[in-house]
Amino acid sequence: MKYIKSAIRWFFDTAEALLGLAFPANWNPMLNLGALGFFFYWIITASGIYVYVFFDTGVHHAYSSIEYMTNEQWYLAGIMRSLHRYASDGLIIVVMLHIAREFALDRYRGVRWFSWATGVPVMMLIFVAGISGYWLVWDKLAQYVAIVSTEWLDVLPIFGEPIARNFMSTAALESRFFTLMIFMHIAVPLIALALMWMHLQRVTKPRINPPRGLAIGAFLSMLGLSLVYPATSHAPADLSQVPGDVALDWFYLPLFPLLENLPGPVTWAACATLVLIMAVMPWLPPLKKAAPAVVDLANCNGCARCFNDCPYNAISLVARSDGLAFEREPVVDPQYCVSCGICAGSCPTSMPFRRVSALSPGIDMPDRTMADIRQNVLDVSETLEGSGRIMVFGCTSAMQIDKLKSSKFGIIKLNCIGQLPPAFVDYVLSRNLADGVVLTGCRENSCHARYGVRWTQDRLARVRDPQLRNRVPRERVKTLWAGCSGGKKLAATIEEFSAELAQMGPVDMKRRAKPVPDPMLESADA
Amino acid sequence: MHNLLRYAGQAIFLAVIAAFIGYFSSHPVYRQMPEGMAQIKLSFAHGAKRLVDCRKLTSKEIAKLPANERRPNTCARERIPIHVQLAVDGEILYDDVLQPTGLSNDGAAQTYRKFLVPAGAHTISARLTDSKRSEGFDYESEHRVTLKPLQNLAVDFKADTGGFSFN
Repeated sequence: MKYIKSAIRWFFDTAEALLGLAFPANWNPMLNLGALGFFFYWIITASGIYVYVFFDTGVHHAYSSIEYMTNEQWYLAGIMRSLHRYASDGLIIVVMLHIAREFALDRYRGVRWFSWATGVPVMMLIFVAGISGYWLVWDKLAQYVAIVSTEWLDVLPIFGEPIARNFMSTAALESRFFTLMIFMHIAVPLIALALMWMHLQRVTKPRINPPRGLAIGAFLSMLGLSLVYPATSHAPADLSQVPGDVALDWFYLPLFPLLENLPGPVTWAACATLVLIMAVMPWLPPLKKAAPAVVDLANCNGCARCFNDCPYNAISLVARSDGLAFEREPVVDPQYCVSCGICAGSCPTSMPFRRVSALSPGIDMPDRTMADIRQNVLDVSETLEGSGRIMVFGCTSAMQIDKLKSSKFGIIKLNCIGQLPPAFVDYVLSRNLADGVVLTGCRENSCHARYGVRWTQDRLARVRDPQLRNRVPRERVKTLWAGCSGGKKLAATIEEFSAELAQMGPVDMKRRAKPVPDPMLESADA
Repeated sequence: MHNLLRYAGQAIFLAVIAAFIGYFSSHPVYRQMPEGMAQIKLSFAHGAKRLVDCRKLTSKEIAKLPANERRPNTCARERIPIHVQLAVDGEILYDDVLQPTGLSNDGAAQTYRKFLVPAGAHTISARLTDSKRSEGFDYESEHRVTLKPLQNLAVDFKADTGGFSFN
């Protein structure tokens, strides 16, 4: 399992890096698979509604109505039909990639079991919806799909009479049965949509729309394909003949030749086993759960930053219970907490400069407390020598930062880069614990804890609390967001940065850094 | 220039994905059946005769029944298994005894079988017994047909229309 995950992870890492050469970070298709899935779903829905207007739901006229759309009204209904098909294929591709990626990045176990468990039936329903759609054309391919599917269903001893008998001869075929399939083709995607909504319930601010540029590109590619290579039908279904050669849609029907040629009990057992494995995967084996965040009310003023920053809806705000003069207090639900520490990083009391009182924030991670991190920083700084010393803060989910070994670099590992309050950057530089600071984590838009990278970027840019103080010389702070294979790039970046810092000389925080323009104010001025 | 290159890269990627979808949405073509073959599909659902014949109830037995359930006859529910045979050019391709369906074995026995045969002229014989007879068949049909490649000959059975039909 470990090696399979590593191989898939390498594939995605490489693909993301390559696509990153052409796409801006937030447009990278590999980092928008779920959102693209929703986008394709809407294309399918819109094109499906249009096609349905012209579709004759009777079995004897379905084929001719589709031929009319394809040949007579090719410029609109024909394109809509093609979009309907190709967006469905696109949906399967992004869904399968989405599943593989979440698996490889270990984002399906622990508290994330819910998203996985609701995603598995969505995947199955998408297949059912797509397969039922192929029936409706009622051409040779539809005949093949209908017969193989019903013969497969007949293996189950639940039908009074084999349903495949509906396709014994043209005379035996009833429009009523065909209408049932149309109902299924509409109902199943609606059920899938309801499950997709549930799929997102345990994440905050889910990205269900791809960035506009990517959405336009994806749509144009489907439209271009529809124009260049429009979807067409086979010859009309003829039950007095075996379909013979069929141009299968290999995205939806890759198993059909197996279903047709292998014994039914074998294929049913294989499919049931596969579904069962998929369903129980979050517990194979269960994720060793780190301790969830803990609230220390004595140091909490109920500012709600942790509530706003938590990517998993694990924190709720309730009425104050300790009698202090604040309205609210945060409560952590251990069931939802992934122990990323982003909440601790957002807490205004995570202040390493504290001298009088202990460094005990309002919310903290028991397995990696702020006090531990500060002590870690102090210990590591003692080992740094020479000029161009760098303190590297990095998360444990991206590249292996502990491979960086040099007396010039100190490594501080965090649950997620979002766990780091910007005050630590200030602390390191103002106390001359290092000459520069590097923050590193997962690729942009691909943070293991969803929003660690984004919140860190916003905190450094001073558009999100807690903000990096103005006095921090920004030329001494570097960020690098890369996947698990970004180790070499990180090493090269740090070496280069170290040389730059050596040239800059020691940190002089008495000199007030030039104020960094506030982007919020700038945009307001514009 | 740099941006132009990036846009070109995006366009190329999206075009490759579109081409990938376009190709695999209908290629490679799958051949369902070897060339020069035809198919015979035998399928029916038929309720055989009862295992125990119906008998008349005596007046005492009728009197014992609740008023709304009184009837002149009583019939056991269980049906006889069906013996069916399909032969092509004298060679028996299928010979089976089909059990009635249902928890009380009172449902129709059913079958759904497909046989590949070379295209050409054939004599197809279908036979079925749905009674207690031990020799011969209750229904027997013979059909001479010249099957074209890929032809699908459906052999159905309906007792009320005289037995086997070949379509």
